[in-house]
Amino acid sequence: MSRFKTKKGKGRPGINTSSLPDIIFMLLFFFMVSTTMREVTVRVKQQMPEATEIQKLDKKSLVSFIYIGEPKNTKLYGTNSRIQLNDVFADVDDIPEFIAKEREARDEADRKFLTTSLKVDGSTKMGIVTDVKQELRKSGAFKINYSTRKKVERNR
Amino acid sequence: MARRAAPEINAGSMADIAFLLLIFFLVTTTMDVDTGITRKLPPPVENPDEDVDVKERNVLKILVNSQDMLMVDGKRGDVRQLKDKAKDFMALHPDNPDYPEVAPKFIEELGKEVPSSKGVISLKNDRGTSYEMYIMVQNELARAFNEMKDEKSVELFGVKYSQLVDETKIDIINALVPVRISEAEPEDIGGGS
Repeated sequence: MSRFKTKKGKGRPGINTSSLPDIIFMLLFFFMVSTTMREVTVRVKQQMPEATEIQKLDKKSLVSFIYIGEPKNTKLYGTNSRIQLNDVFADVDDIPEFIAKEREARDEADRKFLTTSLKVDGSTKMGIVTDVKQELRKSGAFKINYSTRKKVERNR
Repeated sequence: MARRAAPEINAGSMADIAFLLLIFFLVTTTMDVDTGITRKLPPPVENPDEDVDVKERNVLKILVNSQDMLMVDGKRGDVRQLKDKAKDFMALHPDNPDYPEVAPKFIEELGKEVPSSKGVISLKNDRGTSYEMYIMVQNELARAFNEMKDEKSVELFGVKYSQLVDETKIDIINALVPVRISEAEPEDIGGGS
């Protein structure tokens, strides 16, 4: 009965996958280049306030971060806002030393471009932020950046 | 002696290895760009007792108390109106005693003197003010200055400030519209910490 065609041997040809590794490698290199590993574990809550007039921090290597907020582990550290430098909680008095160390880690020519990014939780009171700012002024780190998220505007 | 040709390495698993690496980098990557409001802190005051004399009419006082309430120029204010107030204050109003003085200022890049306002916006907050409110106020003030820069830039060069490429043009606008926000030395102005 030749009315029914046999399907055997007439399947679609398989897609050539020999270039698949190349495509994957391309993606891989993209992610390898664009990735930045997180260096510190943030131990404070970070719900940044929103703002519209924001600028990008371009040179990431020239930015030192100060985290301020309520500790994530409230059972151990209480609910008072704390300052976090690098990986540990710190006091306001530790800031000059921190800034000095950050400066030393950079090239001499780049030191004056060092920016301090304040990553402060929105619910923090200004008292602790003001103290930090005073300390920064004393240690000569004048360029600061209040880290914020971009606000999505509806009426534009 | 004829050598036997080396057998070809099976490259079929190459894709799998690459996939593995790819997934590792996909997971560890953080793409967030750090953004924020950039400000320059003033150098520390050498003698705190020495008061800088600034005329009352040249200063727009903004106070934020520990309840996150705003006082602008002695009256209760609203954050939503702050931008317009700041813009109105910093705009040139010659011969109006309610507004800051206008003095000619020499701009090097333009090579001529242009009238410039002597106004300063003074921002003072309590230790109990929330950071969110503080950023809101800072943001509104930044918005006021950015809009003024945009207006000036459109007037002079026909494009917005953010679209200026020429360094000297940017310098001219920055000289014409200086960001003059002064933050008071901190002190307790009413309860709460």
